[in-house]
Amino acid sequence: MAMNMIRQSLKSFLLAELVTGMALTLRYMFRRKVTLNYPYEKGPLSPRFRGEHALRRYANGEERCISCKLCEAICPAQAITIEGEPRDDGSRRTTRYDIDMTKCIYCGFCEEACPVDAIVEGPNFEYATETREELLYNKDKLLANGERWETEIAARLTADAPYR
Amino acid sequence: MPTLTIDGIEVEVEAGLTVLQACEQAGIEIPRFCYHERLSVAGNCRMCLVEMERAPKPVASCAMPVGDGMVITTNSPAVKKMREGVMEFLLINHPLDCPICDQGGECDLQDQALGYGLDRSRYTEQKRAVKDKDLGPLIGTEMTRCIHCTRCIRFSSEVAGVPEMGATGRGEHMEVGTYIEKALTSELSGNMIDLCPVGALTSKPYAFSARPWELKKTESIDVMDAVGTAIRVDTRGPEVMRVLPRLNEDVNEEWISDKGRFACDGLKRQRLDTPYVRRDGALQPATWDDAFAAIAENLKGQDGSSFAAIAGDMACVESMTALKNLSEALGSNNTDCRADGAALDAGTRAGYLFNTTIAGIDDSDACLIIGSNPRREAPVINARIRKRYLMGGFKAGLVGESVDLTYACDNLGAGVETLNEILEGKHAFSKVLKNAKKPMLILGQGALMRSDGAAVLGLARKLAEAYDMVTDGWNGFNVLHTAAARVGGLDIGFVPSKGGLDVAGILDGAVSGKIKTVYLLGADEIDTSKLANAFVIYQGHHGDAGAHAADVVLPGAAYTEKNATYVNTEGRIQHTRLAVFPPGDAREDWTIIRALSDVLGKTLPCNSLDDVRSRMAAMNPVFGGEELVTAEWGTFGSDGAIESGGFASCIETYYMTDPISRNSETMARCIRALYGDSEGKTGTDG
Repeated sequence: MAMNMIRQSLKSFLLAELVTGMALTLRYMFRRKVTLNYPYEKGPLSPRFRGEHALRRYANGEERCISCKLCEAICPAQAITIEGEPRDDGSRRTTRYDIDMTKCIYCGFCEEACPVDAIVEGPNFEYATETREELLYNKDKLLANGERWETEIAARLTADAPYR
Repeated sequence: MPTLTIDGIEVEVEAGLTVLQACEQAGIEIPRFCYHERLSVAGNCRMCLVEMERAPKPVASCAMPVGDGMVITTNSPAVKKMREGVMEFLLINHPLDCPICDQGGECDLQDQALGYGLDRSRYTEQKRAVKDKDLGPLIGTEMTRCIHCTRCIRFSSEVAGVPEMGATGRGEHMEVGTYIEKALTSELSGNMIDLCPVGALTSKPYAFSARPWELKKTESIDVMDAVGTAIRVDTRGPEVMRVLPRLNEDVNEEWISDKGRFACDGLKRQRLDTPYVRRDGALQPATWDDAFAAIAENLKGQDGSSFAAIAGDMACVESMTALKNLSEALGSNNTDCRADGAALDAGTRAGYLFNTTIAGIDDSDACLIIGSNPRREAPVINARIRKRYLMGGFKAGLVGESVDLTYACDNLGAGVETLNEILEGKHAFSKVLKNAKKPMLILGQGALMRSDGAAVLGLARKLAEAYDMVTDGWNGFNVLHTAAARVGGLDIGFVPSKGGLDVAGILDGAVSGKIKTVYLLGADEIDTSKLANAFVIYQGHHGDAGAHAADVVLPGAAYTEKNATYVNTEGRIQHTRLAVFPPGDAREDWTIIRALSDVLGKTLPCNSLDDVRSRMAAMNPVFGGEELVTAEWGTFGSDGAIESGGFASCIETYYMTDPISRNSETMARCIRALYGDSEGKTGTDG
């Protein structure tokens, strides 16, 4: 009992706990940093990361989406609205492809449902907007996203392909 | 009655059924593609294979008649393997392009591949591709998807009676099509789309526009003709996407005419969505208050007898009831629903009904058609007559224009002379009618629209009585209507009463100045040029002939936009249901008349649909009773002299008969495809 008290008092007077803590701090000072200087530095993303949506095109410039409406049907938040009609060449295309990003829950079902890999959730997560209206994406916006991110999206799809 | 055992269940079924039907009665589902209960048995898809005891090989259940003591197995591993094998063969040449196929979501092949097929494909070789056929503006084709079930071929040759579809080549080279590429001329061709178990034949106007799972389905009634076809209106948001037939054995079985199916795109064009009032010679948009005020001002100090009302071909019974009551309140007897001038007698119900009933056609054994072309006026009824003809022991004769009715129908003569000969027993057809056990006659509107129509009606009645067409339990006297509103209008007595004027009288009165105000309830098929001097109120849903002649336009609802009653040509009381709301400021029709009556100070005592319907029942008890009641026979028509001259059908162009079909792009395309642009052609351009 008495020994214990003496040990406790010694620890307090010699600042043993502080020294242990500072030693840990010192150890980390010489280790590699884990913090990132965002937005100048960014962490790694899984190829399966589900970020901002994009509509892709084929290499020849033809849009992939065929207006099958499977993404619209599967969307649990009912964030997707599609209207389609025959294009002049008779092929099935959308005239309207809207995603309400304020409704979207980023479940990735649309990407899973798409038979032609047209709608994808890309790596981009930095698309905060100042107004709500800007988050109501239309077909042009989604296709523009696709064009901007195509290289990365394609690389990620290839990376993930063996596991699908 | 043979007794057979199916999967251990013992069932007793009627002799002559097939094993497949027996399985259905036992509650066991057999997958099938080529078999259809209303078509002949083809037995070429092999999907319905089952095992039968003591049979060396599996049997196609759709083609195997039942026998006593048969033991059928449908759930053995062998049957499962057979189905998987057949499914695999069918899918060899099927493109699996479900995502771009309009049938996706309502496809027999999709469903059955899921239910009975293998979970993966073993086929890696080349698939065949077939060139698409052009079948006209209604049916889109993707013939690579065809699985050669031949349902469309059997439908066109058996039910439609226009054998245009066929197969060329055999084995892998078999192709279904018209051989010489052309637009289909059948008025029932749209049904092939429903029959096609895959997406080879799809609806062209509906192409790629919606998926079945996103549509709201409303069960309703078609009003494009007087058959009262049961339909399902598929809508998305405020838009009618398509119209499909519904099963009703007593009326349309499961068929629908092309106009009923495809004219629905006319509901989106040229609609009246706001009231209009004519100011400075032009119709200008107005508010409801303005429109009603304009009417009230015009009617101020006017005598009731100078007010007239005409109901058009698509008016519902509710609105006609309200308008009839309003006219009476205003002191006018000038109401008429027979916009085409047909001399129908509202006094005797049997005198304006299709008394035999459509299902009753199956029992008749001779049919005399007078001044009608049922193929154009009521394609579904014509298909029923053809069905009766195919059963055998049935003779049909036609008095009027010589037309192809898709079944053997002797042209007996052109006009009244022939009718008199038949009546006097001098004509060869008299014998047919005399010997028939259940003869029937069909009187078309074309024969009644003449100035001596009443006498033609009287003569037809005499014919019916002379040949014992009206007996206990059988009434062979039939009037074939073309307007969905007509029977309902006659039922509530929307006809001139106590010296009132009929349509011709109203129009002449409007010219002479005797009639000062004319209320057109969707009446477009009248000579509007005679209305120039009168104040015209038009209530309807389309900016058609009537609206152009109007001084005040009141926007009403089309048949997909209101809960309304229509009576079909048999006298069957049916209701349409609201599938979408009327566009803009348009309202349900009876509410417009109710609101107007308030402004005019003659408030009608009905505040709800139930009130209006009980008023209808008070005006004619049939509206309070069962869907279909047999009408009492009576005396109708007149004895007057009938001018010579042939009877003609009242429909010249099948595809455009009313405001909706006149504004339909699809119907316009049909006319272009089938009749061509005749104007401006020189005869050298093929």
